[in-house]
Amino acid sequence: MNRINKTLNQDKKLLSIYFTAGFPQLEDTVPILEQLQEAGVDMIELGLPFSDPLADGPTIQESSTQALRNGMTTDKLFTQLKGIRDHIHVPLIVMGYFNPMMQYGVERFCKRCQEVGIDGLIIPDLPADVYHEQYQSLFQQYGLLNMFLITPQTPDERIRYVDQVSEGFIYMVSSAATTGAQGSFGDTQQHYFQRIADMKLQSKLLVGFGISNEETYQAAIANSQGAIIGSAFIKYLEANGNQSVEEFVKTIR
Amino acid sequence: MSYHVNERGYYGDFGGAYIPEMLYPNVEELRQNYLEITAQADFKSEFDQLLRDYVGRPTPLYYASRLSEKYNTKIYLKREDLCHTGAHKINNTIGQILVAKRLGKNRIIAETGAGQHGVATATVCALMGIQCVVYMGELDIKRQAPNVARIKMLGAEVRAAQSGSKTLKDATNEAIRDWINNPVDTHYIIGSVVGPHPYPDMVARFQAVISEECKVQLLEAEGRDYPDHVVACVGGGSNAAGLYYHYLDDKRVNIIAVEAAGKGIDTGESAATSALGKEGIIHGSKTLLMQTEDGQITEPYSISAGLDYPGVGPMHAHLFRSKRAEFISIPDQEAMDWGLTLSQTEGIIPAIETAHAFAVLDQRAFETDEIALFNCSGRGDKDLETYIDYFKL
Repeated sequence: MNRINKTLNQDKKLLSIYFTAGFPQLEDTVPILEQLQEAGVDMIELGLPFSDPLADGPTIQESSTQALRNGMTTDKLFTQLKGIRDHIHVPLIVMGYFNPMMQYGVERFCKRCQEVGIDGLIIPDLPADVYHEQYQSLFQQYGLLNMFLITPQTPDERIRYVDQVSEGFIYMVSSAATTGAQGSFGDTQQHYFQRIADMKLQSKLLVGFGISNEETYQAAIANSQGAIIGSAFIKYLEANGNQSVEEFVKTIR
Repeated sequence: MSYHVNERGYYGDFGGAYIPEMLYPNVEELRQNYLEITAQADFKSEFDQLLRDYVGRPTPLYYASRLSEKYNTKIYLKREDLCHTGAHKINNTIGQILVAKRLGKNRIIAETGAGQHGVATATVCALMGIQCVVYMGELDIKRQAPNVARIKMLGAEVRAAQSGSKTLKDATNEAIRDWINNPVDTHYIIGSVVGPHPYPDMVARFQAVISEECKVQLLEAEGRDYPDHVVACVGGGSNAAGLYYHYLDDKRVNIIAVEAAGKGIDTGESAATSALGKEGIIHGSKTLLMQTEDGQITEPYSISAGLDYPGVGPMHAHLFRSKRAEFISIPDQEAMDWGLTLSQTEGIIPAIETAHAFAVLDQRAFETDEIALFNCSGRGDKDLETYIDYFKL
């Protein structure tokens, strides 16, 4: 069974952390992975930097720009990840935009992912229907799960479709927004989390976007199986470099 | 084979809607409604009336006799430069503001590079009394001060795009991010035949008024409603899409697309997407775009701010790949020289974008009895400063 599904099947709330590969320094990717595992996070999302990240707010955009400036490339990421499965056991997801994957060659990309031990992908600008029709069998061939996003505006019918196509978890975007930290979640979000929970989907739900501290983490996991933190962690890395990652995780749970 | 969009939103291999899920409801709402709305009688009559009374349509089809004599062929100019606000851009913004109203939207966003589409959008928002925010790259704001002032005079807010390269592609990213953050009350007026389906098709349909009028005007002038060649400049490609539209499937008509070579195709400072681009995804559309080997989108260059978009619309990518259209690229210098030539031969000062199209006359021969129809897409007022600097006027 894929590591992601094994983790999802555990009877516990999950914390998944996102960070941009090659940020703040080019060679920080693996040291940060190691520290996140050490700190006990349940899943890790590695951001493949892109010049034009449409779905991201300023924090992740800037980290992408910085990573590219540092010399990060698709090939470089795979080189950095070579051999990490010797000691990294948490599920690893690559999150990136579709254009760099197309240029690398989608099949070649999937193959390299499998070789280094990537378990799944999140590709915000690859729509569920295009994936389903053109790429699903390829991803499956290389043992990769593809995770989809839903938002408060996603119609029920489409949520059902995504649930059907989805093989890992559904990434529940907390509000109509690009990525970025918010202070807290209001009634609107709670209502939305509840509404989706009540749909009794077959896929497990993880909430992301706008989670930055213990309060938002707790609110997010009340009606889901876990939460994903990105921008808040990037900000932490910006301020503290790749040191004491564990401290950040402790502030969340 | 048709060169129009298919029911799935593709032109051959190109097009589609490669968008984050956050945009899906907005784009889907538009996709489900745009054909129905634009087919309604009250929409058509309001659109036609505004084009006539406000924009100044039909624009003249002008036989350029001195130019024709000089190049020993029949040259016609479609005078889009005479539209209100100085270019064809307003055909699209009028159409989209009417769609936005019918979708119940009360806030408009737009991206702009040189500022022409920003002005055209701010204009129709003023006309309708609707709130308007225009995203513009921080660098472009500095380079295009007069248009920034025009947009502000028209009551719109200009927001600086500070991400990435701080130019048009980043302004487009910021507009898309705004739309993600405001999915319910806001309509995004894209300025060219780019972006996710249905935008390329919707914008092309609004610009199609250009070739619709040409057919009537040519019939009157020449006794046949089609030319032998249609020639237009292509950045994103909206004026070209409008000129080609009713001739796309008419094989008697040769299509010529003119891109900006900038300082030369091999210099690294160019915007000739057909020559330098590869298939990929930009702003939600699968098309040809300029990018690094690693799939990072690169910054194009042209002396003309309206042509330095790193991609082309999917219709044009398909016209290129299927060889339906001839693609020619024109370097800065030739385009600038043609700014002077057209001014002094016909008394028409063109936008620098537009001047690129005319430079084709020095690149390829036309037969004596052939009719070459050029889109005179914009006037040169906005470019005076560039002309002054370049020619030391």
